[in-house]
Amino acid sequence: MNEAVQTLPTEALLQALFIFVLTAFVGYEVVSKVPTMLHTPLMSGANAVHGVIVVGAMLVAASAEGPLRIVLALLGVILGTINVVGGFVVTDRMLEMFKRRPDGKP
Amino acid sequence: MTTLDILTFFVYLAGSVTFILGLKFLASPVSARRGNRLAATGMAIVVGWVFVTEFLLREGGLSTVWILAVGIPAGALAGAVGARRVPMTAMPQMVAIFNGAGGGAAALVAAAEFMRDAGSGADLLPVTFMIATLLGAVIGSVSFTGSIIAFGKLQGIVSGRPVTYPGDKVVTGALLAGILALGVVLTLVTNSVPLFLLFVALALVLGVAAVMPIGGADMPVVVSLLNSYTGIAVAATGFVLNNYALLVAGTLVGASGGILTQLMCRAMNRSLFNVLFGAFGTAGGAAAAGATGDQNIREINAEDAAVLMAYGKKVIIVPGYGMAVAQAQQAVRELMDLLIAKGVDVEFAIHPVAGRMPGHMNVLLAEANVPYDRLKEMDEINGDFPNASVALVIGANDVTNPAARTDTTSPIYGMPILDVDKAEHVIVLKRSMAAGFAGIDNPLYADPKTTMLFGDAKKSVEALVSGVKAA
Repeated sequence: MNEAVQTLPTEALLQALFIFVLTAFVGYEVVSKVPTMLHTPLMSGANAVHGVIVVGAMLVAASAEGPLRIVLALLGVILGTINVVGGFVVTDRMLEMFKRRPDGKP
Repeated sequence: MTTLDILTFFVYLAGSVTFILGLKFLASPVSARRGNRLAATGMAIVVGWVFVTEFLLREGGLSTVWILAVGIPAGALAGAVGARRVPMTAMPQMVAIFNGAGGGAAALVAAAEFMRDAGSGADLLPVTFMIATLLGAVIGSVSFTGSIIAFGKLQGIVSGRPVTYPGDKVVTGALLAGILALGVVLTLVTNSVPLFLLFVALALVLGVAAVMPIGGADMPVVVSLLNSYTGIAVAATGFVLNNYALLVAGTLVGASGGILTQLMCRAMNRSLFNVLFGAFGTAGGAAAAGATGDQNIREINAEDAAVLMAYGKKVIIVPGYGMAVAQAQQAVRELMDLLIAKGVDVEFAIHPVAGRMPGHMNVLLAEANVPYDRLKEMDEINGDFPNASVALVIGANDVTNPAARTDTTSPIYGMPILDVDKAEHVIVLKRSMAAGFAGIDNPLYADPKTTMLFGDAKKSVEALVSGVKAA
């Protein structure tokens, strides 16, 4: 997939734009009704989701040549993994505290 | 398109669906945990698939697999240990750090893509490719350094006060203009690597310059905004790599993070512009230092305060950041249990921006096993304060400040507050007479029905607990 970058055809670009716009609406709709107490876990969960950038770093690593790009890829993979793993774990820890039901006597 | 490419497409599609459902489930207390795990599973599948197809199955893929063998365990260890070790009070900082890592990764990916193609020839790169790459690099970099400063401010390493100096807005403006100009040059004139590095350097400085003038109390909004920025940076790299998983996940977070930021601002009755450029808290802080001396403050000891509550009908507890810092939530739960045992009705009034993040108080009190149904949101409980014998304010300040209702000159004028001053008695647990995080004087403390119990919130609540036991 990487090889196509330089000559990314207009069609692919337009398709990506199409997905971008529709996804933005989905993101808006999904989050517009959230109880305040879940704002922090939601922010944290969303934070973990953009950790998908680790996939981008992996794709760079797959075709990395030369010390510079290898270093960039390595740092990208490390930071991206911190984002993913830390993000999901910390969100899970927050949500662990909400496990009781609203009527919940301990 | 090979069969493998088609399969990859479907894996990305499945991953994207788990991200959307994950966020949707996160919006309800019943399904939130499932949502987070669903998204994590989807992420693991996508990462695993890319590992297999791009490294194990692709010819020559094994030559760089060591990058993953080193990078993934290192990052996973750092992330997991950080996330496990961090105390619940420091959650906001932790989110900031993880967000900064994601922003940094996005900038690195964009930089790596630029370096490869810029190094290969003198020809200009396609305009669309350059726009996406430069956006990923600049937004990712701003998010990276901005998040680090936000972390520093929340952690107390960097001054929580708005750091301003004459002409700071000019400097920020100049940085923006420089970045814009360099972006145009890089796209239309030359794809020089040194210029690109300068471009990234300016973006890194911009992240610092943009967050330094913002007060610590507004950091949650900033973290949320930077979270949204990282999402957009990831979406931009999705365009660069023509990768739909990155595109969808990044856009989702960019949009939802933007909404969340708006919701937070609305809870404070302020505009995002005011948060970002208002240098909130400087002027008020200076005024507060002088005004506090004139206030007539009454102190109360823990025994008297305990009696007041133990023989009251209803006690409304108003927790704030002071409770979080002192880790007083367990003691607060104990106090609640004792009061309930004595037949007192106990409820918690949760202001949307109490603590350092929306929901921060809920998380802490849930950790201490305070049942949900005792936690009331602002609109729900404000009508109840006149029926309360005691409003017990634990380390909350600005969210109880009546000046927000009456004083048009107050920086927080118009912010919805908890009407604690409507209660029969107000007992304020506070470390000292220092102004709140926003640096604004609080006339509540001079109110004739307010009494102050000074000291560390945890010690004070424990003293109240023994007081109630004895009462």
